[in-house]
Amino acid sequence: MHTVLTRGNATVAYSLSVLACLTFCCFLSTVFLDSRTTAHVNTVKVLVKNVPDYGASREKHDLGFLTFDLETNLTSLFNWNVKQLFLYLTAEYKTPDSVLNQVVLWDKIILRGENSALDFKNMNTKYYFWDDGNGLKNNKNVSLYLSWNIIPNAGLLPTIRSLGSHIFKFPAEYSIASV
Amino acid sequence: MGLGELLQFDEMLRDFNRMNKRQSLYQILSFAMIVSSALMIWKGLMVVTGSESPIVVVLSGSMEPAFHRGDLLFLTNYKEEPVRVGEIVVFKVEGRDIPIVHRVVKLHEKEDGSVKFLTKGDNNNVDDRGLYAPGQLWLTKKDIVGRARGFLPYVGIITIFMNEYPKVKWAILSILAIFVLLHRE
Repeated sequence: MHTVLTRGNATVAYSLSVLACLTFCCFLSTVFLDSRTTAHVNTVKVLVKNVPDYGASREKHDLGFLTFDLETNLTSLFNWNVKQLFLYLTAEYKTPDSVLNQVVLWDKIILRGENSALDFKNMNTKYYFWDDGNGLKNNKNVSLYLSWNIIPNAGLLPTIRSLGSHIFKFPAEYSIASV
Repeated sequence: MGLGELLQFDEMLRDFNRMNKRQSLYQILSFAMIVSSALMIWKGLMVVTGSESPIVVVLSGSMEPAFHRGDLLFLTNYKEEPVRVGEIVVFKVEGRDIPIVHRVVKLHEKEDGSVKFLTKGDNNNVDDRGLYAPGQLWLTKKDIVGRARGFLPYVGIITIFMNEYPKVKWAILSILAIFVLLHRE
């Protein structure tokens, strides 16, 4: 009764179950690791303008501009079950309209093996800092922090906020000059 | 030696002919058992995760290098869990059949708990406003099918392959069905 079909079936089934078991062990070995670390963020230049948001409603919305410093070492986050880190810099603030606003200003993909000790000075943001109204001018409590999303070879996809954030305020006047 | 002889189809058919009514009924029952338990697992997962489709296959390269075509994502969709920036959500857009897997990059939450947010693919240069329905600027919670919680590479490539070549799908399915129905334990 040892046909090609039964032999092939047994081989494929056995190797697949070994592979599944190894993958699961790989996942188990890293699932309880602590992936938090500190990141120092600082703003250099901050200003706000009031211009029509053609991407959205065409009404005049607050548009923030800032440059930032970022210093962190994420080497400790990498292990054999980390394929990629997705870093993103979030600005979080409150306005009279909304209790929570979050805007991603900058992001970066770090693959395993790439340099993960970062030290950026006076960086421009990658994305526009549009508010959903006019809540940026004179906003005294905007926090800026780095987070990362760990992409494993196989396993969970946690998003982790770094320890340490930077709080800054927007000026009380709109800036007229072009940036 | 032909392929049929190699796989001993004739022996399998002889097996089948030797079966009595009770035995063939048993074969059909065990086949139905396989189908229904697969359905039960899927529906059970729907209940546990709260998502209408708890497992999805990545169909595009817009999240590369994190997710490639054929990777498998496990979703949850718990209503009380807040949506936050940086999360990867799977959402449906009116007029598109296929759900999209992208990351939340902008979010505004009102006092009453209503949220509107904007998404973007890691590998895309612009946000998703061009992908949404005409005139739609934001997504809300009702658009979400689930949020990516787990990741398993490559496994879903089989379903992509089967969907692209439906003939292969029917061939594989019917061979499996015949095998289960005719094979004697």
